[in-house]
Amino acid sequence: MLNPYRTRRVLYRTIFHLLIFLLGFLMVYPVLWMVFGSFKTNYEILNESLKLLPKVFSVDNYIRGWRGFGNLTFAQFFLNSFIITTLATAGVTISSSLVAYAFARIRFPGRKFLFACMMATMMLPAQVVMIPQYIIFRNLDLTNTFVPLILPSWFSSAFFVFLMMQFIQGLPKELDEAAILDGCSRYSVYTRIIMPLISPALITTFIINFYWKWDDFMGPLIYLSRPKMFPVSLAIKLFADSSSETDFGAMFAMSTLSLLPVFFIFLFFNKYLVEGISTSGLKG
Amino acid sequence: MPSPKIQKWSFQKLIHHESVCGFIFSSPFIIGFLLFTILPMLYSLYISFTDFKITAAPLWIGLTNYIRMFTGDPQFLKSIAVTLYFVLVSVPLKLAFALIVAYLLTRKNRLDGFYRSVYYLPSLIGGSVAVTLVWKELFATKGVVNNFLSLFGLKTVFWLGDPAYAMWVLVLLTVWQFGSSMIIFAAGLKQIPVTYYESAQIDGASQLQQFFRITLPCLSPVILFNLVMQTISGFMNFTQAFIISKGTGGPMDSTLFYALYLYKRAFNYFEMGYASAMAWILLIMIAIVTALIFKTSDQWVFYESKEEK
Repeated sequence: MLNPYRTRRVLYRTIFHLLIFLLGFLMVYPVLWMVFGSFKTNYEILNESLKLLPKVFSVDNYIRGWRGFGNLTFAQFFLNSFIITTLATAGVTISSSLVAYAFARIRFPGRKFLFACMMATMMLPAQVVMIPQYIIFRNLDLTNTFVPLILPSWFSSAFFVFLMMQFIQGLPKELDEAAILDGCSRYSVYTRIIMPLISPALITTFIINFYWKWDDFMGPLIYLSRPKMFPVSLAIKLFADSSSETDFGAMFAMSTLSLLPVFFIFLFFNKYLVEGISTSGLKG
Repeated sequence: MPSPKIQKWSFQKLIHHESVCGFIFSSPFIIGFLLFTILPMLYSLYISFTDFKITAAPLWIGLTNYIRMFTGDPQFLKSIAVTLYFVLVSVPLKLAFALIVAYLLTRKNRLDGFYRSVYYLPSLIGGSVAVTLVWKELFATKGVVNNFLSLFGLKTVFWLGDPAYAMWVLVLLTVWQFGSSMIIFAAGLKQIPVTYYESAQIDGASQLQQFFRITLPCLSPVILFNLVMQTISGFMNFTQAFIISKGTGGPMDSTLFYALYLYKRAFNYFEMGYASAMAWILLIMIAIVTALIFKTSDQWVFYESKEEK
C-alpha cells in the first residue's frame, strides 16, 4: 500500500538530491572540462567544446606541455614551486607556533601591545607594504632570487599565530606548570609538550599556507623576471601567452598537473582542513 | 653565600627568565613586524609624497599624487567604481549561495561529506592561474557557455570583449568559489541548539519562519565575519582580473580593479610614488567600509549574551 504522505516525502527527497547533485555537477564542471580537455586534441577543444569526454584519450598534450618553452621543461618550474612553497611554508609554521606560544602562555612586558599590533596587521592591505618591500629587495639586489618570496614567511603570520593560539589556549595550563615544577625550561615545554599537542593546528597551517604559496601569482610576477626561476603559476601564464596561437591541450595538461599536489593534500587531509577553516575562516 | 642582589650575571639565568623567554619566543613577530611592516609602511608613506620613478631618487612633491588621483586621473576613479561595483555585486551573491547551500546540507544526510567536498573544491583551486585560464576559455567566443546558450537558440555573447559582460565573468568566477564561506556557515549552523527548532515546531512555526526567526539571527555573528572577510578580499582581487584581462583591465577599463591598476602604475609605468599613494587610499577605503559594516552590525547582529542582560 502506498501511503500518500510517504510518497510525497520520497518525492521531496528525490527532488532535493537531484537539485543538490545538479548544482554540484555545475560546480565541478569547469574542473572536469579542464581534466578531460587535457586528453583532447586542440581541434576538439576549440570546435566541440560542449562534449565533455574526448574521442580518444591521448597523452600527447602532456608530452608536448612538459617540454615547456625556451629550453625549460616543466620539471624546472615544478622544482621552483616546490622549493619556494616548502621553505616558505615550513618557515611560517615554525615561526608562527613560537609566537603563538609566547602570546598564549608567557607573561612578558608589552605582550598586550604586541598582540594588538599583530591583530592590526591582519587588516592591512598587502599593497601598502608590497611596493616599499619591492624597492628594498631591489636595492639589496635580491630580485630574481627566491629570497623575497621565502624570507618574510619566516617571521610568522598573524592569521596562523591566531589559529594556533586558539589551540594552545584550549590545552590545560596545569600541563605547563607541572612540567616547569619538574624542572623543564620554557623551551622544553614548547618542544616536548606544546608542539606535539598542537600538531593538528600545525598541519592545518602547513596545508593552507602550502595552497596560498603554490597558487601565489603576484609575488613571483613582481620579483621574478628570469623564466628559469619561474614557479608553475607564472610558467603556465607565460605558456598560454608565449605563442600567437595558444596550445590549449598542452596548457590544460600542465594546468591539471599543477593542481595535483593541491588535490592529493586535500584528499589526505580533508578533515584537518575543514576543521581549520571552520575555526579560523581562512582562505578565499 | 652570595646575596641574591649581587648575583653574578649568568647567561643561563638570563635566557630562562620569564620575560626574556617571552621576547625570544615572540621575536619572529617583533623582528618581522619592524622589518616587513613598520619600516615598509613608513617608507611607503614617505614615497607617496614624492615623484619616484625608481631609477632616479625620490623627489618631494607634497600632496601632488593625491590631488592628481582625484582631479587628473579618470582611470583611478574608474578603478574605484569598478571595484565597488564588483564588491557590491559579488559579495552578497557569494554569501547568499554559501548560506543556502550550507543550510540545505545541514540535514542529516549520508552524502553530506561528499557534497561538501564538491562545493568546496572551487574555493580550493579557483584562485589559481590554471583554473582562471580555463575559466577564460569557458567564456571564449566559441567556448562552452556560448555553445550551451546556442542550444536554446540564444545569440553568441562576446563575454570578454564586451564591456557590458566582462565584469560578469569575473563576478561568476568569484561567486563560484563560495565553498569556504559555506564551510564557515555550516560550522555556525551546527552551533544552533536543536531545542530552538523543536519549540518553534511545537508553536507551529513554518520552515520559512524558522529560517528567518531562528537560523538567521543565530547565525548573524558568522554572517558578519564572512561579510567582512569577503569584502576585504573583494577589494584586493588581483590575479583573476589580471589573467582574464591579460593584465590590461579591459575591455575599455571595465575590469580595471583597483589592485590591478595599482600594479600597472607601479610595475608597468614604475610610478612608485603614485602607486604608494594609491595603496594608502586603498587602506583608507577598506578601513571606512569595514567600519561602516561594524557600525551597522549593531542593528542586525544578535549576540546571545547581550540578550540575557
